[in-house]
Amino acid sequence: MHVEEKLTAETFPASPEKATLEGKNKFLGFWLFLGGETVLFASLFATYLALRDKTAGGPSADELFKMPLVFVATMLLLTSSLTSVYAIYHMKNFDFKKMQLWFGITLLLGAGFLGLEIYEFNEYVHEGHVFTKSAFASAFYTLVGTHGGHVAFGLLWISTLMIRNAKRGLNLYNAPKFYVASLYWHFIDVVWVFIFTVVYLMGMVG
Amino acid sequence: MANPTNAGNPKVDLAYRRKKNAAEMKHQVISFALMIALTLVAFFAVGYDEFSHWFSVPFILLLAAVQVAFQLYYFMHMSHKGHEIPALFLYGGVLVAFVTIWAFMTIVWW
Repeated sequence: MHVEEKLTAETFPASPEKATLEGKNKFLGFWLFLGGETVLFASLFATYLALRDKTAGGPSADELFKMPLVFVATMLLLTSSLTSVYAIYHMKNFDFKKMQLWFGITLLLGAGFLGLEIYEFNEYVHEGHVFTKSAFASAFYTLVGTHGGHVAFGLLWISTLMIRNAKRGLNLYNAPKFYVASLYWHFIDVVWVFIFTVVYLMGMVG
Repeated sequence: MANPTNAGNPKVDLAYRRKKNAAEMKHQVISFALMIALTLVAFFAVGYDEFSHWFSVPFILLLAAVQVAFQLYYFMHMSHKGHEIPALFLYGGVLVAFVTIWAFMTIVWW
């Protein structure tokens, strides 16, 4: 099969992301990258856990964190993970328009999450919780900010993929790209599950 | 050009595949509902003052681990075959993650 061959629903393979050698390589390489990302976030979590009580007279975790905001952000990101599952479901059914629609919804939810995070950081800065205030503040902003940076990159990645392929339709050249982008988006949600648990919920427990 | 992976009558194959995909999507929605439930329980456990933090901290960590397993095995399809090497990469990362967190939490004393 040629990668840019025009396919129909009948000839489209069941696992289009792994139907070509390039797709197989992308799939494997991307999981290796996710293993590396796990180590990156582990070092940031380790630093945060070691320094989270060292507030140096600045605001502490239980003074700063507000449950409703974290809850809404969590729901937005979790739902965006499901909508990207829907996108891949439609990709496997060779329904390009529905795939684009669900990736579009994923982008909106992700943008909502990012907007909340920017609002949250702005509030914290006004409460004196700035990056250089304490070891706790530096560790917090580095960990949560790196995750937020990943969300921003994911939004950019998925939207450029959607725009670039808008007129192309689905083929074996771009199916692995969409698949791998959805894996990235799920991984962002995996990291967030640990952030809302370890940083926010454990911070509010005290 | 016929697709070598779709043996036999491609139309019959397509109907079967659509049905299989739809069944899988149903499982995905169920795992999403469970993930939302786990999240709600975690937030309630922290919001409920009667629980001491000796109970709620390990409890919410366990809930997070279960939720991440759902995310990996269903949403990221790790339950499908052909994910042996991805699992090796990911669990390699997880091993280093645990050692790093353990080291930092015991070695940093100030």
